[in-house]
Amino acid sequence: MSFGKKDNREHTGRQDVEVDIYERLPVPFGLVRFGVAPDHPEVKNVINTFTQTAQHSRCSFYGNVNVGTDVSVKELQQAYHAVVLSYGAEGNRRMGVPGEDLAGVHAAKDFVGWYNGLPDNRKLHPDLSCETAVILGQGNVALDVARILLSPMDMLKKTDITQPALDLLAESRIRRVLIVGRRGPMQIACTIKEVREMVNLPDTRPEMVAADFKGIAEAVKEVPRPRKRLTELLLKTALDVPTEKEQEKRSKASRVWGFRFFRSPVEVLPAPDLSRAAAIRLAVNRLEGSGEGASAVPTGEVEDVPCGLVISSIGYKSLPIDPLLPFDSRKAIVPNTMGRVQKTAGVYCSGWLKTGPTGVIGTTMNNSFDTARALLEDMDSGALDVSSAKPGSQGVTPLLEKRGVKPVEFSDWEKIDNEEIKRGVAMGKPREKLLSVDEMLHVART
Amino acid sequence: MCHLKNKEKLVHVTLRESSRRAAVISAASLPTQSRATCLQRGFTTSTQPLRSDNKVTVHFINRDGEKITVKGSPGDSLLDVVIDQDLDFDGFGACEGTLACSTCHLIFEEEVYKQLGPVTDEEMDMLDLAYGLTDTSRLGCQICLTKSLEGMVARVPESVSDIRQSGDGSS
Repeated sequence: MSFGKKDNREHTGRQDVEVDIYERLPVPFGLVRFGVAPDHPEVKNVINTFTQTAQHSRCSFYGNVNVGTDVSVKELQQAYHAVVLSYGAEGNRRMGVPGEDLAGVHAAKDFVGWYNGLPDNRKLHPDLSCETAVILGQGNVALDVARILLSPMDMLKKTDITQPALDLLAESRIRRVLIVGRRGPMQIACTIKEVREMVNLPDTRPEMVAADFKGIAEAVKEVPRPRKRLTELLLKTALDVPTEKEQEKRSKASRVWGFRFFRSPVEVLPAPDLSRAAAIRLAVNRLEGSGEGASAVPTGEVEDVPCGLVISSIGYKSLPIDPLLPFDSRKAIVPNTMGRVQKTAGVYCSGWLKTGPTGVIGTTMNNSFDTARALLEDMDSGALDVSSAKPGSQGVTPLLEKRGVKPVEFSDWEKIDNEEIKRGVAMGKPREKLLSVDEMLHVART
Repeated sequence: MCHLKNKEKLVHVTLRESSRRAAVISAASLPTQSRATCLQRGFTTSTQPLRSDNKVTVHFINRDGEKITVKGSPGDSLLDVVIDQDLDFDGFGACEGTLACSTCHLIFEEEVYKQLGPVTDEEMDMLDLAYGLTDTSRLGCQICLTKSLEGMVARVPESVSDIRQSGDGSS
């Protein structure tokens, strides 16, 4: 269980509920810390709300505890009236194509983890010496990756991007980023704010294929406003004659980005010495049907795109943490009804583990509130048996101690937080993140 | 402008925490990001002590259909009012008025909506992500109170409902 979302808030509105949060890392906040792009600091404001919840007298945080290895879900069920699984999606969907494991190919999850300081990704050291990078997938994560690859250094250096990532990006020779999707412009999964950021990115110009937009200007008239505005922005960027000011920007730009549509990866092709990726082979698709439900059908044609960096951004994926808990491996979620885990009394789930890895913070937050409401309903109806006392953390901390696991409390995280902010001040950044668990624990213990 | 935003953000966090532990502090002394929005648009925040003739009445309809009547000052955003009055709308204003989410989504009657003024592209971009978007929807952090909005009604719409979180996990 990890500190994902604010489902705690519902609990703490009632005097009779105490909530303990178990998190594998010494630091809380999950994707808000490790997923949200460094140049989107306002999106991270929600951390203030989480902090208030964590500081509530009936809420306790236990970081550095790995549920599954340090303590089992069964032991948590014995110690607590209810267990809420909120550990998100730490895996990624693989493309499932030959060459996927060549050097130069990375999952977006790992690339994002690398520039955001996720300890497991600190040794990624991506090779940015090629001219072209190809990103598979067109969701907001794909756009974040493109933007970080192409942003001017003087913008990035003021963010909380890690210093090693900043140093590597400063040496980057990437000048062209293609963001590739299976379907067409009207099925693109990203949102308008992120597209606007690409359009407005200094020192860059867009490069799209006009043929990809055939029939779109007509089709866009009938759709709901959000899709309409997004498509109109794409059309304008791809097809309209630019203003004089925009034309000047484009002619001076040293970097290029573009969406490519109707393309699916079929193979990553190696360099002659077979050591690394040198191109990606893409199948050409046509669209069957229209709107959000349209599907991509291969035409039989393929196209090779030379590139040295391939980032696959086709989705995160949840993993099972305990063989005794039900897990739907096809959908990669814990099977549930409104957050109640199927066939498992007293166990709930929230966040991406519950619904799959899509949606923004607001969506996931509301999803967690729904789980909290279901849990409280069950308390009140008796479906959740709270009649006998349970030891809570007093039933867990002795086990952890015996196993040599020392939890990090919220006040310890605050020491890490202060240290990161202090180091950041010296670098002109909001914070300089600690990059290893060892370093985090060292600061937490002082 | 960026510097001012950051400074306000830090102050906001500290004061907001104290307001949760102690009693509600006078509205005028709590700078927030959303108040910055109203300041930028030329609405001055009242720095006078609470005087009944300088307040604007706002009625919120919460997700249970209950009407909650509160008062704000001209220049406050509707998000400011929700925070200052400690109204308990789950998840409201997660990004603290910086146009980085859509959780302060509010729905208005046609007549009131028309008075609220033009919507910037920036607001529209985030509003487009709101669940249950209507033609009279706005983000509360961008709506600044004026005397002419006296008695306005703002409905807090359903967030992602149970129906969407169905048993098969599809969303």
